[in-house]
Parts: sequence; C-alpha cells; structure tokens
Amino acid sequence: MPPSGAQTPFVFYASSHISELTGLRASTLGQLLELIKDVPGSSIYHHTHRFLQQHQYLSPEPPNDFSYWVADCLGDIELGENLASIDTMQFLTIRSLREKITATIEKHLEADPLAKMRFARSGEEFHFIKAISFVFPTNYVAHDLDEFIQAIKKVTIDSIYFHIFEARLRLEKQVNDFSNWIGSAIGDKELANKISGLDPYTHTLEDLRNKIIYLIQKKSS
Amino acid sequence: MIKIDDYIPIAGQSTIDEIRMVAGKMAGRRVQHINSTAVGGGVAEILNRMVPLLNEVGINSGWDLIKGGQDFYSVTKKFHNALHGRQEAIDQRDFDVFVETSRENIAKLDISGDIVFVHDPQPIALVEKKKGNKWLWRCHIDVSNPNRKVWDFLMDFIVKYDSAVFSAPAFSQRLAIRQFLISPSIDPLSDKNKELPQETIDGVLRKYEIVRDKPIITQISRFDYLKDPLGVIEAYSQVKRYIDCQLILAGGTASDDPEGQKVLDEVMEKAGSDKDIHILLLPQNDIEVNALQRASDIIIQKSIKEGFGLTVAEALWKAKPVVASSVGGISLQIKHKYSGLLCHSIEGAAFAIKQLLHSPDYAKKLGANGREHIKNNFLLTRHIKEYILLFLSLYHPEDVVNL
Repeated sequence: MPPSGAQTPFVFYASSHISELTGLRASTLGQLLELIKDVPGSSIYHHTHRFLQQHQYLSPEPPNDFSYWVADCLGDIELGENLASIDTMQFLTIRSLREKITATIEKHLEADPLAKMRFARSGEEFHFIKAISFVFPTNYVAHDLDEFIQAIKKVTIDSIYFHIFEARLRLEKQVNDFSNWIGSAIGDKELANKISGLDPYTHTLEDLRNKIIYLIQKKSS
Repeated sequence: MIKIDDYIPIAGQSTIDEIRMVAGKMAGRRVQHINSTAVGGGVAEILNRMVPLLNEVGINSGWDLIKGGQDFYSVTKKFHNALHGRQEAIDQRDFDVFVETSRENIAKLDISGDIVFVHDPQPIALVEKKKGNKWLWRCHIDVSNPNRKVWDFLMDFIVKYDSAVFSAPAFSQRLAIRQFLISPSIDPLSDKNKELPQETIDGVLRKYEIVRDKPIITQISRFDYLKDPLGVIEAYSQVKRYIDCQLILAGGTASDDPEGQKVLDEVMEKAGSDKDIHILLLPQNDIEVNALQRASDIIIQKSIKEGFGLTVAEALWKAKPVVASSVGGISLQIKHKYSGLLCHSIEGAAFAIKQLLHSPDYAKKLGANGREHIKNNFLLTRHIKEYILLFLSLYHPEDVVNL
C-alpha cells in the first residue's frame, strides 16, 4: 500500500471561459476545411470541448461542433460520424488534434468529391469561435487522498473540467492533473493509471466526478 | 432585496464562490452601464437585477440613462428595425437627429467608469468621450443581415470601442475590435420566474376572465411587428379548425418604442370578436406574466427577428413546451425536437402546436429537457460571471489568462 500523504499538496484550480467571436464563417465543406487549418488553436479547442461544459447532463449533440454541423447542416451523415468518433484522448496537443480533423475531412473529400457541393442554408453557416480561459485557484487543497475525496466532492464541475481536459490538452501536460498528483506526490501509480485510463469524453462531468471518487474509495477500502 | 447567496440553492455554493473570486480580481475598477430606458424590454430587466448584484460581489457598478425626445426615439426605432433587416426609409435627416441628440448626451452625461458598458445603438456615440478608460458596446440586436447604410453609420462608432458583445454567433461580423459571445439570461428569483402558489395563478386567470376549460396557447411579447403577433393569431386560427383552444397575447410596451400602440390596434382588429383570443396589456406586471406562462399549455414565440428571446428561456424554465421561430438566439435555447419545436412559418407553427396538443407526454418531455438546458446555460449567475470575465479580458489580451 503506497503512503497516503503527499509531499506536495494538490491545489484545486478552476477555469471559466468566455467565447470570443472571430467573424469567420463557412458555408461549405471546402471553406470549413480551409478555416480549420487557419484558425487559432483556441478555436479548435472551443469547437471540440464546448459541449462538455454546456451539456452537463445527457448531451443531445455529438461531441464536437464540426461533426454536428457537417451532419446536421450539410447533411453529410458519414463524415459527421467520422468526425464525432475521433478519439481525442489519443492526441496530446491541439495541433495534432487539428491535423487529425483536417486529414479526416480531406480523406472524405478524396473519396467523395461531390461532398464539396453541399451548402449550408442561409443562417446555418459554421461560425468559428475561440475559447478564452481564465484559470484561478479555488479554496480547496488536499494533502492526502482522504482530503482529496472530500474536496473533489465539493469543487465545481469547472474545476474537474480544468484538471481533466484543459490541463492535459490545452496546457499540454499530456496527462490529467489528478493522475499526475496521485502518481507522483502520493506515489500510487496504479490508481493514477486507472484514472488516466478513463475516457472522459464519453462521460458527463458529474459522472466523471463520481467515477473518480469510486476509484479512489475502492482503492482505499 | 435579493442577495447573491440567495442563488446558492439553484446554482450551488461553489458557483457563487467562483463569482466572488473572479470579482475580487477587478481591483476596484468601476463599471458604468449606459442605456436608453429604465423599464421595458430585456436590457432594462437584466440591468435592474445585475447592477445591485455586481455591487454586492464587490464591483462598483452604476447605471445611467441617456435622454432623447420623440424624434430621437422614432429614429432609433427605425434603426432598430433596419438593423434587423426590415425595409425602412432612412434619410440624412434621421442621421442628423441621431447625431444632434447624441451631442447633447455627450455634453450632459458624466462619464465616471473605468469601464463604460454601453448597451445597444441608442447611446453608441458616447464613445466620443473615451479618454484612456475601457469601452464595451453590447449589441442586443440580431444584426445578422443589417441594413448596410445604418450599420456603416454605426461602424464609425463601433471601431472606437475596445470590444463588442453579441448574443449569437450569427450576429458577428468581421470587426477590427475584439468581439465576444455572451447570451443574456433570466433571473430565477425574479417575480417573473419564481415559483408561484396555485392561488396566485388562478387569481390572475380570474382577473382576466380566462377559464381553463380548453388548452391555452400564449405568446408573451411587446406589441411589435418583429414579434409577429398577427402571425400568431393566424397560426391559432389554423389550430382552432381542429382543436378547440384559446390564445393569450400579452405584453407591455417600452418607453423607447413609439410603434407599440399601432401594432396593438392592428392586433385588436385581427382578433375581431373571437372570445377565445385574450389580448392583455400588462405594463410591467411580472407576477401576472409569470402566472400566465404557468397557466399555459403551450408557449409560442413566433418572432420574425429576435435579439435573443428571453421569453423562451422564461417558458422553458417553467418546463413549458415551446414552439418558436428559428431566429436569433432562440436556436441557442431550443434544440429542435429535444427541448422544444422550432418553426419557420405560420403553417409550421400551427402544425407544431397541433403536434404538442395531441401528444402531451412528448410535450412534457420537451419542457423538462428545456428546463435543464436553461438551468445549465441561461441563468443570471452564469451571465454575471461572464460579464466579470469580459471586464477582465479588457486588461488581458491572451487566450489563457492566469488570474
């Protein structure tokens, strides 16, 4: 059993976002592709993560805006499914995620050149938006796993979101903050791996909170 | 007086803690809101609640009004319609009236904010007083297809602001300044949205001689062409051929809207002698609006253009099934067939109403989903937090800001 006390405490942070409009819009798949290549990383991040915080219960939308627009507004169901099923967990940077999205669209256009002919009707264009994040510490600090469980029960879902999604991909830490701390400061690599092995993109944030609590409690019991 | 902590049971303790935390980063900066009316319409409604709460969380906030005569407000109403894409005859005299009144307001209004937050086009020219402080322009209008003459005229002012704020992505244009997307919100504790005892609801129905012996379809809106009250009566008539129902058209008028009475007269004429159409003029009676929404079986919002459509959020918060036009910010609030039904025509609205009246379980499910969506995304607490972040963005140009 690894020691339960940590050399360095875990400070819970949270991030809040506002959406910055770029004024850039696409009506066709070709335009969408060109703009995806060109827009800032903050825009790719917004359109692949916005749904997580806006739909905290069962989401009625596919897990990224590109997929939703291609399927719903262009009527290209197949490409919509291909984009929705991109496994974001496999990518460590926004840059590599962007490359996967563009490669998926380019491959589809090669196989079906007529896909370029589809138009979104007026009012249904794709609007590119950037996520502006504000990161701040909360009042919750944990020195061991017991304190960690008590804190994670109370922090907002924005805090869970920050440590699981934003820290790993946007801040390019490559692994979520919870696993990082439990693995290094607590020294429990097995538990750390179990948490990083979750697919957070297919859970709601409340589900994710409960799953993490369950994994830690199971380990401690 | 409502306090920020009163929202804890709805939004959660940690949400309120976060609002206080980000507010603490404002470092004593004063925010001055400016618009053209203290009552009527969504902007005044939000500011009435927002300004005291911002002060309570430690952001020194004030609210000032510009002044203008009948001529000025006739011109700004024309601008408003033209920005929404309606045909309006606008000539040089209109621009002259606008400039003249703006000049008087520039001379008289004391600008004291470190951040000056100007709402809508009426006070837009005040930015000429900008002197080292930060200026925000909040556009509550659907400008997805604006009259170019008016838009270009306003653009000379817009580019002098530090940032602009719009309610829906489709309203954004290529601008030389930063622009943000912030949806407006409803206040779950206001008279218009709080829970009401059944006696209150029954009392309001009795007052207006409305009997619940047949389904009630309701549109709550100012009497304004852009809300299409005549189209609502037409849709009701199409439903009435098959389902015996009644229609409530209820709303007030805003002090900066000189067109309201004309629209109301036309609505009365179209309703004729149908005793199942209830046309109610409710100047600022929020409890009555709340009661009418809660008493309704279906809420309709058949706007032709809509800056956001707060009445949709109000209805969904009450878990009511909603039929609404797919315009402006409404499509942010309703996901078609999941949290309401969107329509594009009078016939489409009538069809959707019939569908819901014939399938009460489906209607109930849409309402329940809608309430959850509003709770997560369109309550005042989210709005307050985003405004504070917007203020902070004026001092932080980067995409990831460490506070």
